[in-house]
Amino acid sequence: MTVTAAAPAWAHRHLIDVEGLTRVEIERILDLAVQMRAARTERRDRSLLESETVGLAFYEASTRTRVSFELAAKALGATTVDLSVAGSSVTKGESLVDTLRTLERTGVSMLVLRHSAAGAADLAVRTTGMHVLNAGDGTHAHPTQALLDSLTLREALGGLDGRLLTIVGDVAHSRVARSNIHAITILGGRVRVAGPPSWVAGLETWRGVEVATTVEDALRGADAVMALRVQLERGAQLDAHAAEWRMDDDRMELAAPGAPILHPGPTNEGVEITAELANGPRSLIGRQVENGVPVRMAVLALLAGAA
Amino acid sequence: MSSFGLIDALPANLVIVGARVIDPAAGTDVLRDVIVRDGAIADEPAPDAERIDGRGLVVAPGFCDLHVHLREPGSSGAESIESGARAAAHGGFTTICAMPNTDPPIDSPELVRAGTRDVACRVRPIGAASEGRAGEAAADLARMVDAGAVAFSDDGAALSGTLAKSVFAAAAELNVPVIEHAEDPIHAAGGVMRAGAAATRLGLPPWPPEAEIAVVERDLALAEETGAHLHLTHLSTLGALERIADARGRGVRVTCDVTPHHLALTDAWVAGSRRFAWEEPDTDASRAYDGACRVNPPLASREDALALLAGLADGTVDAIATDHAPHPPERKLVPFEEAAPGIIGLETALSVGLAAVEAGRLKLPTLVAALSAGPAAVIGESRSLAAGEPADLVLFDPAARWRVAGESLASHSANTPLLGMELPGVVRLTMAAGRITYRS
Repeated sequence: MTVTAAAPAWAHRHLIDVEGLTRVEIERILDLAVQMRAARTERRDRSLLESETVGLAFYEASTRTRVSFELAAKALGATTVDLSVAGSSVTKGESLVDTLRTLERTGVSMLVLRHSAAGAADLAVRTTGMHVLNAGDGTHAHPTQALLDSLTLREALGGLDGRLLTIVGDVAHSRVARSNIHAITILGGRVRVAGPPSWVAGLETWRGVEVATTVEDALRGADAVMALRVQLERGAQLDAHAAEWRMDDDRMELAAPGAPILHPGPTNEGVEITAELANGPRSLIGRQVENGVPVRMAVLALLAGAA
Repeated sequence: MSSFGLIDALPANLVIVGARVIDPAAGTDVLRDVIVRDGAIADEPAPDAERIDGRGLVVAPGFCDLHVHLREPGSSGAESIESGARAAAHGGFTTICAMPNTDPPIDSPELVRAGTRDVACRVRPIGAASEGRAGEAAADLARMVDAGAVAFSDDGAALSGTLAKSVFAAAAELNVPVIEHAEDPIHAAGGVMRAGAAATRLGLPPWPPEAEIAVVERDLALAEETGAHLHLTHLSTLGALERIADARGRGVRVTCDVTPHHLALTDAWVAGSRRFAWEEPDTDASRAYDGACRVNPPLASREDALALLAGLADGTVDAIATDHAPHPPERKLVPFEEAAPGIIGLETALSVGLAAVEAGRLKLPTLVAALSAGPAAVIGESRSLAAGEPADLVLFDPAARWRVAGESLASHSANTPLLGMELPGVVRLTMAAGRITYRS
């Protein structure tokens, strides 16, 4: 890898959240991801992590994140083990900490953890010696999602300085939104969160974040818009909000000219976003997915001290 | 080396020489000797009395804790009546009131009687207000009082709406307080951390202050209507104190306590801070989401913690109660929102209070009163260091420091976020009813 020569050692053993990273560090991840993307296309650097065993422990359903972490680890030559929770001792009542310690003893050196409880990744850091990569903990953080969103936005907008991202949806219950608030603001951008009051409850306490409660206020001047998945299981009342807040091509006209639309997926087409918008020219949703593997390659390589 | 004694042991003969003696009942705070002869405060020492150098130390009436969990009956192993009583004696307490949310709940005269044994302090049982603490049918309140219950509570939850009024009416008739865990489950909505900026950033389900205030308002109305003595425990909001002050102005019989952790710790601790409420919070993200900080009601905002301290200083708050809630490690070493709520407090309450005194947030006599005479009065008992009274006292060094560690605690459990911290205040001697129950 050509980038390794002059770069200083990476200062972190874990990636729990974007909060706590510096702008220089985030940009280094994104720059490395760009190189990983090229390397992957050319099928280079397949041995960077050959001494590592990456454990994928997903206590919640996931397609994009789990698959892209697995592909990222394999692309760098790591061994991967998949703790499929349904077929493991977790279903026999084993505690999270006991399961993670077992993974560590069997040789896992890097843990990719998704869990429904905020702070699960912090607990893994405190109770094991593995590198911990947070793949989503409750409504707290989803740092690799925010990093791939940052890369996608940086490339689409040519940089984030002074740019305004509006996040529409149930921000109060979104780890994607929280991590993006950190990432975009650290990179010099601004964030506005928008939705009916119950979706943005508590966000008024977040210094530097704008809160909008009408569609017009939400989109005015936005350089990019991110729609969040409506958690349909949260109840029928939110379906009513969804119609009111559904992003479509007409509403996107309220934003800055040509503003792109993002979505962390999986989309409920016709609920929070129309199929036309999700699949149309403004959509960066495909780019987000494509950036998932190289961003996770970059993070794995940096945490392992291999880049 | 430290040792524990039993409350039915031989009465002691000793003289504590030259200590600062704080006696809230007499309103005195003077340097003098304290003589104990045959277990009672006396003017003349026994000829063979042991002399203890009290210079630089404080003598206070024995502490009374209105709110502890001894986990007996139960099988968690987190505590027993014996270990909890030793923890109490180690912390300077001579009376502790045992909450009934045990397994099974203490809801009958038989279980009330089973909770009183010869241990290192007096144990006063609190009877469950409802059968099985289920909130449906009232427990046998009158017979529990006959058996020794000093109050009623469905602690762990507020009195149910269907029962509250009849329990208040019965308590008024029996002249014992209703001790209320003021939390409305609908407002609380599964919240695990005080609502605010820190909870928003951590993504933890928020617990709004209205959850407490709603029940406080209901209970104040019921106390006013029935004439019962309402005691609100572990308050965590300024809003609750304001309503109590108002109600007192109307003559409502209401008292209240706060815990050391709601006075001194804040929601910032959940995010990793280990600075007291009167200090600027620090940020150490590596300590975030520590299950040791999970407690109900959740740790307060800094503003509310300082308001509780001010309420203690101005007399709105009658007592400090620890809500000593032991849990085994496996119930805490889980993701924050899954952690069992509760913090142990018997052995750190004095020290946390002294930290507030050192910071100028509290006067030492106020702290002593809130730990002794204040809570004792809530259950109709008194504390006095006057001659002729049974010697019920604690001798402590307010300036000596100790490091909180599992090994230094007499409790079976060590679930406190204070672990590892150095705190002021070391108990040298605890005497309950004339017997030495702890000395170091």
